Amino acid sequence: MLTNLHSRKPLQLLLGLVIGILFGFLLQKGNVTEYDVIVGQLLFRDFTVLKIMLTAVVTGMLGVHMLRSLGLATLHPKPGSLGSTLLGGLVFGVGFAVLGYCPGTIAAAVAQGKLDALVGGLAGIIIGAGLYAHAFPLLARTVLAKGDFGTLTLPELLRVNPWVVVIPLAAALVGFLYWLEQSGL
Amino acid sequence: MISFLTMAEWSPYAVGIGIGLLSCVAFLLSDKPIGCSTAFARTSGMLEQLVRGRSVREMAYYRQFLPEVDWEWMLVLGVVLGSLLSALFSGEFRLEWVPSLWAASYGNDPLTRVLVALAGGICLGFGARWAGGCTSGHGISGTLQLAVSGWLAVAAFFASGALVALLLYGGRC
Repeated sequence: MLTNLHSRKPLQLLLGLVIGILFGFLLQKGNVTEYDVIVGQLLFRDFTVLKIMLTAVVTGMLGVHMLRSLGLATLHPKPGSLGSTLLGGLVFGVGFAVLGYCPGTIAAAVAQGKLDALVGGLAGIIIGAGLYAHAFPLLARTVLAKGDFGTLTLPELLRVNPWVVVIPLAAALVGFLYWLEQSGL
Repeated sequence: MISFLTMAEWSPYAVGIGIGLLSCVAFLLSDKPIGCSTAFARTSGMLEQLVRGRSVREMAYYRQFLPEVDWEWMLVLGVVLGSLLSALFSGEFRLEWVPSLWAASYGNDPLTRVLVALAGGICLGFGARWAGGCTSGHGISGTLQLAVSGWLAVAAFFASGALVALLLYGGRC
């Protein structure tokens, strides 16, 4: 692990910016800055979003697990529970369809000149995140801890070496993408 | 070399491989998964702090997510710059109020679209923080780490997203 590099704070902010620039460039080139493409995916008419996400997952999954096996990276799986991940995810999905952008693609959409994203969506996300900060104590007392599973990963759940999941899953996702192309989707 | 930078669109597979490699770079050089939604929560905290002062920092949520510029905040700023560069190179930068799919069903009025986008954005921002991540933090970074939270979140995002999209556009092709 490059722990020395990880602890250099100003340099890390610069790295965040550079990684963001490349990410934004890719999102724009991938056309996922378009409302029509994102909502088209949710309507199963346009599979661009799924193709990009699944290809990124296969590539990243192989690469990150390789880095981990070489001792060059640590995983940071997010904790979750039914009360937070599932319920929050369902609320997110409603916003995803109504807005037609997500928090990453909206930043890229704004930069491409989408004014509904700038004036409506971006303001909405900031307001929504702020409202959540106020609702957090109430939700923490009530639903957030329901069905808690912590930072569990699939290999931990199945009690196997991560590669036992990584290899078949990568093959299955590539197979699915191949099937999508063959079906003309 | 230059011509591929000025292309309007790349193959989704090329873009996906690029994002996957970028995730590896983020883990290697910054020990961080790529994610976007906490930047919006921090921004909200920073704005609220402008109005209400430093007491905002005493809120339980902002003690966990300090209202400050961090790595992920810089990443989101970078996304804006990167997309702008890409759109300028390809000539795709265009001011647009109403997306065409929306216009075909609901008309060309910018105010209607902006109000709906505002409502959708509130839901998205609230839901992203409730779920602890978004399409990048859970949908890409979580799933590629094989986190149960990531796979569950992405299933929930697309399940309710598809249902609402169907309600909005079902039957009107």
